[in-house]
Amino acid sequence: MPKKQHYTLTVNGREEEFLAEPRELLIYTLRERLNITGPHIGCETSHCGACTVTLNGKSVKACTLFVAQADGAEITTIEGIGGPDDLHPLQVAFKEHHGLQCGYCTPGMITRATKLLEEIPNPTEEEIRFGMAGNICRCTGYQNIVKSIQAAAAEMSAAKEAAE
Amino acid sequence: MIPAAFDYYRPKDMAGVLALLDTHGDDARVIAGGHSLIPMMKLRMADVQHLIDLQDVGGLSDIEIGAESVRLGALVTQADIIDHTGLATAAPILREAALQIADPQVRSMGTVGGNVANGDPGNDMPGLMQCLDATFSLVGPEGSRDVPARAFYEAAYMTARADDEVLTAVSIPRPTGGFAYEKQKRKIGDYATAAAAVQMVRAGETCASAAIAMTNLSDTPVFSAAAGAALEGTRVDDAAIKTAVAAMLADIDPTEDNRGPVAFKKHVAGVILSRAIARAWSRA
Repeated sequence: MPKKQHYTLTVNGREEEFLAEPRELLIYTLRERLNITGPHIGCETSHCGACTVTLNGKSVKACTLFVAQADGAEITTIEGIGGPDDLHPLQVAFKEHHGLQCGYCTPGMITRATKLLEEIPNPTEEEIRFGMAGNICRCTGYQNIVKSIQAAAAEMSAAKEAAE
Repeated sequence: MIPAAFDYYRPKDMAGVLALLDTHGDDARVIAGGHSLIPMMKLRMADVQHLIDLQDVGGLSDIEIGAESVRLGALVTQADIIDHTGLATAAPILREAALQIADPQVRSMGTVGGNVANGDPGNDMPGLMQCLDATFSLVGPEGSRDVPARAFYEAAYMTARADDEVLTAVSIPRPTGGFAYEKQKRKIGDYATAAAAVQMVRAGETCASAAIAMTNLSDTPVFSAAAGAALEGTRVDDAAIKTAVAAMLADIDPTEDNRGPVAFKKHVAGVILSRAIARAWSRA
């Protein structure tokens, strides 16, 4: 039986210390150990993107990382992006533009989209589809997902201009 | 999909990595981004008892652009390649190929070193590196050595790298002329049904030299010297492209799988290479 190791993660700004086996996949650490259940398990084979989180500033799939690899990392999940009382513009846009049907892929979609809009603040439809290619919606609601991201991009750009 | 248990190490330097490989031999594997190895471990198709993570070893994420060559550290990710402005000028085929690998999240983690060292015939970088006549730097207990990409691949997952060696960098002579990386896949993120890497130099109206390599059409990447030679001295017209495609088809050896039967793969390989040659020539 391999020994558990001591790990530290900063998740949504909060430092978490715990013991785990190195083979534990990050998605299980988040969901089952830390009770951060926004990131979902869809395919568990790095295809669907439901488990997308931001790790040290990069979009990654938490089903394809061992907790040991993430030791010391800063992680942002959907819980760190916005909550019921302070929705992120992407969350507002997904709500207004019907960017979700069953909602299972949505946390991964929005977490990935936050990074996409940092990389390309005003993406074209093609750039959105290419930049979101690692996230699958099994309801096939892509049209409205694209619309939602475009609406959020416009909203965020307008807010940024207003602030300047 | 829980992998078997393993001991995990994160050494701070290459000496530490080599010492662990020496101690644990075949039971140890190094991990870079892990996006080939972790899926295999989850399926329990890779038996790894000692996992050595390279992420804290310094200098492996560097991109160096010299007058004669480009050097990529083994931990340079596909995303790093895409985002690097100097590289887009010095060796634009790298960016064109990286954009066709997997998806954004996987490109955040997937590395050049892992992609070329793994020996998976489906990986795109091995064929690309053969086209570019890259050299792989290996370090082991006997010191370091360089192996040409064109001599590195022996069979699926079998390479010239010994179990106690680590691939640390990929060096590429600065490519010149026109280029294209063309890939046919079933869906975004998929491995290639067929892919072609082409780099061509023009002299006036004719092709002075051409390098061609194919991906996922044999148990190794296929550098087709004959296909390149078929274009040299020609005006790269339809007849020359047909001759090059015929030469390439004689060099590949695809097998039937869920991407299609052999005849289909050969057909796709021909279409993809024709497109790649046309695009590379238009840029030459």
